[in-house]
Amino acid sequence: MIDVLAPGPYATVQDLGRPGYAHLGVPRSGAADTAGLRLANRLVGNPEGHAGLELTFGLARFGFRSGAWLAATGAPCPMEIRNEPGVIASAPGMGAPFWVPAGAELRVGPPERGLRTYLAVRGGIDVEPVLGSRSTDSLSGLGPPPLRPGTTLAVGEGRALDPISVDLAPPPAPPAPVLRVLAGPRDDWFTPEALGALCAEPYEVSQDSNRVGVRLRGPVLARAKEGELPSEGMVTGAVQVPPSGQPIVFLSDHPPTGGYPVIGVVLTADLAVAAQLRPGDRVRFRLAGR
Amino acid sequence: MSVIRRAGEHGLLVETGSLATSHRLDALLRDSRPEGVVEIVPGPETVLVVAPGADQARLRAGLAALRDLALSSADAPSLSEEVVTVPVVYDGEDLASVADETGMSVEEVVGRHTGRELVVGWLGFAPGFAYLTGLDPALHVPRLATPRTSVPAGSVAVAGPYAAIYPTASPGGWRLLGRTSLRVWDVHAQPPSLLPPGTRVRFEAT
Repeated sequence: MIDVLAPGPYATVQDLGRPGYAHLGVPRSGAADTAGLRLANRLVGNPEGHAGLELTFGLARFGFRSGAWLAATGAPCPMEIRNEPGVIASAPGMGAPFWVPAGAELRVGPPERGLRTYLAVRGGIDVEPVLGSRSTDSLSGLGPPPLRPGTTLAVGEGRALDPISVDLAPPPAPPAPVLRVLAGPRDDWFTPEALGALCAEPYEVSQDSNRVGVRLRGPVLARAKEGELPSEGMVTGAVQVPPSGQPIVFLSDHPPTGGYPVIGVVLTADLAVAAQLRPGDRVRFRLAGR
Repeated sequence: MSVIRRAGEHGLLVETGSLATSHRLDALLRDSRPEGVVEIVPGPETVLVVAPGADQARLRAGLAALRDLALSSADAPSLSEEVVTVPVVYDGEDLASVADETGMSVEEVVGRHTGRELVVGWLGFAPGFAYLTGLDPALHVPRLATPRTSVPAGSVAVAGPYAAIYPTASPGGWRLLGRTSLRVWDVHAQPPSLLPPGTRVRFEAT
C-alpha cells in the first residue's frame, strides 16, 4: 500500500485510457504523455499499460507501507527517499528503477522543466477499473477521483512480471517547443491565411490549460465560414478553434465530439511535447502536411 | 473537397450529409469492422473513424465504398429493431414553464412528448448522454439562461430540437419535464449505454 501524504497541485492514476467508447460519449482519457507512462512501466518490468501516477508540477509526498520498485519519467523532478526517522537515505534519479523500503517516504520536488511526471510502481497501481481502465477522467469523472492527502493506493502483484531488465533511460534533451500539425479536417472553414498565421508566431500557453486541452493565446485564426458546424467526432491532438480565434490543442480528456472547427491535428509524436507545456511557455506550430 | 477528410495521422472524417446516412455507415462499420479501427463516432453529418496503425490509403478506399453503399440504400432502415420504452413521471421543475411558453396545457406537453418515436442521434456532453432526435417541433424550447448546477440522474429533459435523459447527476441547462427510473447508463454493464446511436425510443407516462 502507498499512502498519499501530499498529491501536489494535481495528481491522478493513469493508464492508457479507455478506447472504444467515444460513440457513447466517453473520452479516451489515459496518460497525457503516454510515452512517459510507457517508459516508466518498462523500467520497472511492467506491461506498458499498467496504471501509474501522473503528477502535475511534482511537489508530492508518498509513504510506503511495504517496499516497492519505482521509476519516474516525464518532467524531471528532484526526489529524495527519507527513512523512518526522517533522514534522507537516498536521492533517486529520473529514468532508472529505484527501491523504496517499507516505512520510507518518497518526496518529489518541483520539475526543473516540463509539467507532468510519471511514477510507475512494479505491479502497477491497483484501483478498480471502469470500462477497462484505471484512468481518472477529469472531464467526465469516470475512474478514481484525483489523489488527496489520505488516499491509499493498492499495488498489484509483481511476482509474475518479467525481471527488471532496463537499468537506465537517460532523460532526453528538452524537446523544442514545436507542434507539427496536419491540416484539416476543417481548415477550409478558415481564411486562406489562417494556417500561415497559426505557424508564423509562437503562442503562449494559458493558465486554464488542463488534461482536456492546452489553451493558447496568440494570433487570432480568422474564420471564412460563419455559422455553426454540426457536432462531429474529435481526435486527440485536434487544434480546435472557438469563436475567439484562439486555438485549443486537445489532450487525453477531450470531449469525444465537438462543434468548433478543427484547423489541424498535432502529430502523435508531438503530443508528449504538448502534454509537457507549462502555463506561460511559448510554443510554435509547424505545418507537417495538408 | 473530398468527402473523406483527414483528421490527423490516424483519423478519417467521412462526410455523410445526414444523420440517417451516418447511422447506416455506423451500422455497416460495426457489422464488419475494418482492421485496426478503434473508434467509430457518428455525428449529425459525419462519421469519424480512428484507426492507429491501419493502412490509411486502404482504409480510405474501404470507407469510400461503404459510404456509397450507405448513401444508395436510402430506404433500408439502419435503426434498432427494438424500441426502448422509457417510463416517465411527468413532474419536472420546468414542465409548467414549458407549457406556458408553448401555449399548451401540461397534458398536451406530455401528449406531444410521448406521442412520437424518437431516435438516438449521437452521444456527447457526458458519458451516456444521448441526443434524441425527432422531437415534436411544438416542444422546441430554448435552454435555461442559467444552467442548474446539478440535475439529478434520470431527469427527462428537452432543449432546442432534442430530448435527453441525464445519465448521471451533472450540471445542465435543459428544461426538465420529468424523471425516469430506467437506468440508461451503467459502467458495469456491457454495453454500458442502453441508448447507442440509432436506438429507437418512446417515452411513456406512468
